[in-house]
Amino acid sequence: MQSFSEIDTTSKRASKAAGFSWGVAEEVGKNMRNLEMFGLPGVKNLNLYLKKIKKIPSEKLKKIEKKNKPQSKEFCPIYCGTAFLDNCKKLESLKLIKFFNVSYPLLLLPFLSRSSDIVGKKISVKYEKNNFLLNFDKTILSNNINNDKTISKAKEISIEFLENNNSFSTKEWKELYRLSEETFVEETESLKKKGAGAGLTDND
Amino acid sequence: MVMKLSRLGSFHQSKLSFLRSFIREFKSWNYKRNLFDLNKDGYGTAVYSFEKKGRNYSLVCFAQHIKPEERSDRVIATKWDSAFVLHDGTPSKKDINRLRKNVPKQEVGRVTYKELTLSRANKSVRAFDHVVNSLSEGKQPDKELLKKVGYLYRTTAVYGSGKFGLADRFRIKDRKEIYGPFRLEMMLVYLVRQFTFDQVNHISKCKNSKKAVMLDESIARNLGIGNSTGLGMAPFIVNHPTLLHNWIYCREKALKEIRSIKNVNENDFNIFKNCLDKSKKNIDTWLTNSQYQINKIDSLKTDLTKFFEHLENLNLKKNYYLWNLIYLWAEKNLQEECVEYIVSMMMEPYDSIIDPLINNMSSEEEKYFNIPADRKVFDLKKIIEKNYKSIIEIDFQDKNSTSNFWFISKNKEEPRVANRYEEHGAELEQPLAIARDIKKLYEKLTKNNQKETVANFLLNNDDLRHVVRRVFIVEKFPYSEIQDNTIDASLVPIDMLRLKLSFFGAVKFDPRSDKWLRINMYQGAPLPHEMKSSNDNWVYNSLN
Repeated sequence: MQSFSEIDTTSKRASKAAGFSWGVAEEVGKNMRNLEMFGLPGVKNLNLYLKKIKKIPSEKLKKIEKKNKPQSKEFCPIYCGTAFLDNCKKLESLKLIKFFNVSYPLLLLPFLSRSSDIVGKKISVKYEKNNFLLNFDKTILSNNINNDKTISKAKEISIEFLENNNSFSTKEWKELYRLSEETFVEETESLKKKGAGAGLTDND
Repeated sequence: MVMKLSRLGSFHQSKLSFLRSFIREFKSWNYKRNLFDLNKDGYGTAVYSFEKKGRNYSLVCFAQHIKPEERSDRVIATKWDSAFVLHDGTPSKKDINRLRKNVPKQEVGRVTYKELTLSRANKSVRAFDHVVNSLSEGKQPDKELLKKVGYLYRTTAVYGSGKFGLADRFRIKDRKEIYGPFRLEMMLVYLVRQFTFDQVNHISKCKNSKKAVMLDESIARNLGIGNSTGLGMAPFIVNHPTLLHNWIYCREKALKEIRSIKNVNENDFNIFKNCLDKSKKNIDTWLTNSQYQINKIDSLKTDLTKFFEHLENLNLKKNYYLWNLIYLWAEKNLQEECVEYIVSMMMEPYDSIIDPLINNMSSEEEKYFNIPADRKVFDLKKIIEKNYKSIIEIDFQDKNSTSNFWFISKNKEEPRVANRYEEHGAELEQPLAIARDIKKLYEKLTKNNQKETVANFLLNNDDLRHVVRRVFIVEKFPYSEIQDNTIDASLVPIDMLRLKLSFFGAVKFDPRSDKWLRINMYQGAPLPHEMKSSNDNWVYNSLN
């Protein structure tokens, strides 16, 4: 088995060899380490993508807007991801962002996962019947974890910043809190005097 | 000034050094030789371990016969006298069999996440054979010969952190006993040293069971493990900026605290003088053929004589802030080599200052990887002006400033440096020309709209992304960057090696060219059964 450090180094060097700058290649190395650690086939997708762009380079995007369509055939997931990561604080206000025709969309995920951590919000990603929930770069949840089919192009990718809302109702919270109160001790007059750190009056 | 290469290349071992902090940390652990299955010629398998509270680290050693012509310290070698791996826990027979098939192959073998560090070593045939012959004849070896060599084996590489399938650091980083950097590499080398003693004793006994004697422990104690180090180590300090910062920062913090002591205690001052005095003998046994190093040693010896004269005139009781006075005098009157030597010695009396710093010498590098790209071009430019003052003064139009390039060799995947204008391959240059790229970034930023975000700047300048990341790191970690041009014609790569090796705790730097050197580790260190009662000044006991 390859270590994550080997995956990082080799992915970085391969990306540089395929034409990316060292700085972007460093991002790819870190991303492949993350994807593989999350159990997603990063190396497999990167290998296929780098072979593809040696023949036909993908399009580099100039600016991210609410809807992004490539001028030529396909967007590069690495350039899209780098731009998204660098602009994520600004993009958060757009809430829902769409990219059309992106090569090997899995390679975009780790950039979005890191953006989730920077912005402090979960991000939902959808493409080609795959749903992912990115949790602050700690985990990536997917509805399709056992599907090792490689998607070479996503016609449409939806990226949504999710608000930090509770996943439970107020009623459910109150019920749980009430149960937690059963670990507290009812205070007698004596305990009030002796058990507290502060004095009985704080006006002295 | 401390981040200039000539200064960094004058560093010496100190109380902060990793092999010394390893011994301090592991002296309370239980050492054991678990297996010693060598044939009469000393070939076979051995296992050594440290254990405490259920945690166990085991060194697995494989010794084999190689032909004299196969023995090479160069990284291109494919066979070694012995190969070693540090296993996490107690290895099963199945583990040992698996490791036997892979560890002797080193770079072309595979290990697993259950293994932590990997190494190989060759005998110093001259010293090894002499010791075996002497012991088997019932005599102790010639101390003069051993003094010249200093070890029985030389390692030629020690790998860790995920190389060749080894465990990634994240798997083990939360273990308190390995908070200090390179602690498991230091453990491997320490246990290898004991293996070399056990091996010579074993072979001598097999050779002449009636007459053979064991290697005298006082002689063994004065033997370390040699190491041949090439350029592989140099890019490390460029590629790990926050780690470099933490090493230098801890050293600077220690120095600052020591210089701030108003009343220097007589006992502490005597510890300093005692270590300084004892260490003089180490300098006298520091042999090298390198004129570069001979000049450095000569300058150290001359300056130390000056310093001793100065010390005699210093009155401990009359002077407040004595360490500060000593440091200021040294900076004014002595060369870098000796200033750094004195700084190392000044740390000796102060466990209370040094010990808390040791655990801060590692780094969570991942935390600082992301570029804060929402910041403005103006900010980036200001950080460069503050932190790279001398770098942006360099004229990169001058060919001498871009004379070298760093590359990875195809046959060994190791870093190398070559002349850009004489050799091919510069188009595959590694991103280690930081000074040149910082200057290029600065020039572009100067012409750019200052209010633009860094994110926008990077959309059109992704070739400079690697240095933009570094600039934001240096803003938080001022000692993270070498303040020199690592591709200049005047570059002395061994300065970069020495910086790292001094933090390891290596002594007797012996440059064999400007690109590789030999060193000695653990010379004078307590033997494993002496660790529990050892004191930390052992480094000055060697050859006394």
